[in-house]
Amino acid sequence: MSGHAAELHEASHGGTTKLFLMVWIGLVVITLGEVYIAYLEFPAVTMLLMLIGLSVLKAGLIVAYFMHLRFEKFTLFLTIVPATIFCVGMMTVIFPDSMRLLNIRLH
Amino acid sequence: MTESHSEAAVTGAWSGGGSPYAIGHKKLGMWLFIMSDVMTFTALLMAYSYSRLANPDWPRHVFPIWPAIAFSTTMTVVLLASSLTMVMAVAAAHRGARGAAVKWLLATMAGGLIFCGLHVTEWFHLIEEGVRLWSNPWGAPLFGATFFGITGLHMTHVLCGVIYLGVIAWGYGTSRFNGEDVEVSGLYWHFVDLVWMFVFPMVYLMSVKY
Repeated sequence: MSGHAAELHEASHGGTTKLFLMVWIGLVVITLGEVYIAYLEFPAVTMLLMLIGLSVLKAGLIVAYFMHLRFEKFTLFLTIVPATIFCVGMMTVIFPDSMRLLNIRLH
Repeated sequence: MTESHSEAAVTGAWSGGGSPYAIGHKKLGMWLFIMSDVMTFTALLMAYSYSRLANPDWPRHVFPIWPAIAFSTTMTVVLLASSLTMVMAVAAAHRGARGAAVKWLLATMAGGLIFCGLHVTEWFHLIEEGVRLWSNPWGAPLFGATFFGITGLHMTHVLCGVIYLGVIAWGYGTSRFNGEDVEVSGLYWHFVDLVWMFVFPMVYLMSVKY
């Protein structure tokens, strides 16, 4: 298979080697950015929000390109992603209780 | 129901007549497994964060740049590199290049094993400092259980992934498995990578020792 034909074949299955390399470089750069941020001594909540935000961005790149979800039918995305985000979001309801416990223990 | 309506009912995408997602059952099964495993790791990370917030004596500055952060950053880059080799394996399998796909799968397995080796070394550093499942020198005893629990479950996933990829490499190399099997194993591997993208900042980077 010629180089161009191989490229077209790869593209038909979602993405080219160049695209995947670009995504990988992006993921490594974001990772190094996270390590840098960790040493800037931000308040804990600010730090958490920045790190989780960057992690969500990395997760999005992995799911969209490495796991090919961007190249699948949109119905698969609609079945998987909103339900997962909803369930993960529901688990955060426990956090007000952790703050209550912290206040009890501090006073 | 007229004939055309009944035909539409049988062949309609949501009526069992077609594949609504245009993917095979193995791939759909892996996506559903990944959804369930997302819940497992989310629950563990939420429990870790809950405990950290609720305990004033939680160890908040545990990991120095050397060795902990240097090791965990290297582990992250190694795992990301293994995801790239997995992408190459899937692309080779789509081209029908069995030899190349097997080589990329073996490279991915090597990445997984290097990750585990670095991680076990990092564990020993902490154990030498006195961290145990139910105690540690710095504060809330639960820290050790949550740390070893989360990172241990993730390492178990990596080891299972290495074995899984080994079976797939053997099966694909001997024509027992097809390209879809390689792609489905790739989904699992990328998921293991994805989980680490949350474990690394939440467990390590949120607890750096300045």
